[in-house]
Amino acid sequence: MRALGTFFKHAFLIAASVISLFPFVWMLIGMTNTSSDIVKGKFSIGSEFTNNISKLFDAAPVGSAFMNSVYISVIGTVLTLLLCSIAGYGFEIYRTKGTDRLFSVLLLSMMMPFAAIMIPLFKLFSGWGLLNSALAVILPTMTTAFMIFFFLQNTKSFPRELLQAGRVDGLNELKLFTRVYMPTMKPTYAAAAIITFMANWNNFLWPLIALRTQEQKTLPLVVSSLASSYNPDYGIIMVAIVITTIPTVLIFFLLQKQFVQGMLGSVK
Amino acid sequence: MKKSSLIGWQFILLPSALIMLFSFYPMIQSFILSFESGKGNVSEFVGLGNYTRLLSDPIFRQALFNTILYLIIQVPIMLFLGLIIAHLLNAPKLKFKGFYRTAIFLPCVTSLVSYSILFKSIFAVDGIFNKLLLNMHIINEPIAWLMDPVWARVVIILAITWRWTGYNMIFYLSAMQNIDPSIYEAASIDGASKLRQFFSITIPMVKPIILFTAIISTNGTLQLFDEVVNITNGGPGNSTMTISQYIYNLSFVYTPNFGYAATVSYAIVIIVAILAFLQMKVGGDKK
Repeated sequence: MRALGTFFKHAFLIAASVISLFPFVWMLIGMTNTSSDIVKGKFSIGSEFTNNISKLFDAAPVGSAFMNSVYISVIGTVLTLLLCSIAGYGFEIYRTKGTDRLFSVLLLSMMMPFAAIMIPLFKLFSGWGLLNSALAVILPTMTTAFMIFFFLQNTKSFPRELLQAGRVDGLNELKLFTRVYMPTMKPTYAAAAIITFMANWNNFLWPLIALRTQEQKTLPLVVSSLASSYNPDYGIIMVAIVITTIPTVLIFFLLQKQFVQGMLGSVK
Repeated sequence: MKKSSLIGWQFILLPSALIMLFSFYPMIQSFILSFESGKGNVSEFVGLGNYTRLLSDPIFRQALFNTILYLIIQVPIMLFLGLIIAHLLNAPKLKFKGFYRTAIFLPCVTSLVSYSILFKSIFAVDGIFNKLLLNMHIINEPIAWLMDPVWARVVIILAITWRWTGYNMIFYLSAMQNIDPSIYEAASIDGASKLRQFFSITIPMVKPIILFTAIISTNGTLQLFDEVVNITNGGPGNSTMTISQYIYNLSFVYTPNFGYAATVSYAIVIIVAILAFLQMKVGGDKK
């Protein structure tokens, strides 16, 4: 009875794992096949790999899209960490009735559907002449109530005695933040960096609206436009998907612990 | 005291102003826009005109229906699956636990665009999924997954479930690991079966987390866009289109009508507000 239960448990978990991993295997195999083989469901390694790569680089500006994605994701993440940690720290350490009230107003923004703000946002950036620039993607996404909340929650466990000690040593309030808080909170920053980077790297709707020309596009936009053409070439699309996926998979495997911490950090 | 609160405001002022500028200001602009109509940047005040148009707009009704359908079918399936997997993985002596957890969580690192297109290729008419079903003699002829209104919705639901089950599972797993094992021991001594323990101990103990994931998933599903655009582009017909996609199309695909698009967007705002109110009621009763 017990052995049977264990058997079913493993059977279920193996099935779930196979389903979870299959699309990853599918894209790796797909990279080596022609488009018509892929839509015919060929599930064996073919000989089109190098051909697909060179065709992809002819068909779409993958190199510049990769660089755009890196630029937007990295700069966006750095700015997010700075702005949201400063605010999370301020809201928790210098807490008053007034700041609490402001914070609960800011939290409302988490419930605003992006579709409801994207048109005025588009008009705003078009008015500033900033459409089609990395800035247009970074500015509206860099400060989120969610990330401020994340830092605020984690600041609750920050040892405040360190601040008193710093004051005795003659540090001013800003230096307390940069010299005492930031180094102490490294794990929190690491976790926040990973989830922010992932969100930026994978972002689709706002970049789709804000970035209009080929040269400015990020990887998800290029992948999407390759796939939405009348006669999509799945061989080269698979290569593009693998290029898009490698960085996030690498980050996941290298920093799995911080990644999970970052996800769970806000529900502590 | 006065001085320290002034310093505090210096820390929070700029980030708060940015959220005001990039979330609250557009939200208000959008509300004003919802009373205007016209092409592109030329628009005039039409009062409640857009709102009456909304009520008799068949595409809006379709998009609303689809969005709610995804919500009430997909979210419960996914959360329940996540709970079961987390429960199985929480067994202390389970072998290969690390492998299962990593494998099931891995879909979360893929971009929404990438995985959507992978699903599109897997569910092609002559594609690998049909081939598998044919070989297993589950079907006799290939199903045109993405050309059929019902099957296309099924594919979208399967895809979202694939991407997010592991994500929710991690939340449950961490909550379950915080449950004191002695509770289960006491229950076993009292003769409670494993199934009974799952429903009477595990589920109540992780209830706050279930509520949290339900809110997150509801919010995400109401804003569904990337998957539908990349798997079916709303088709066939408009049978898989979501509200977010309809708003996008009204603004950037059809002849742009920002005013009416803003009106449609306020439909989501109203739904979110109603659901938030309900969730507050449910959550409030508990306390």
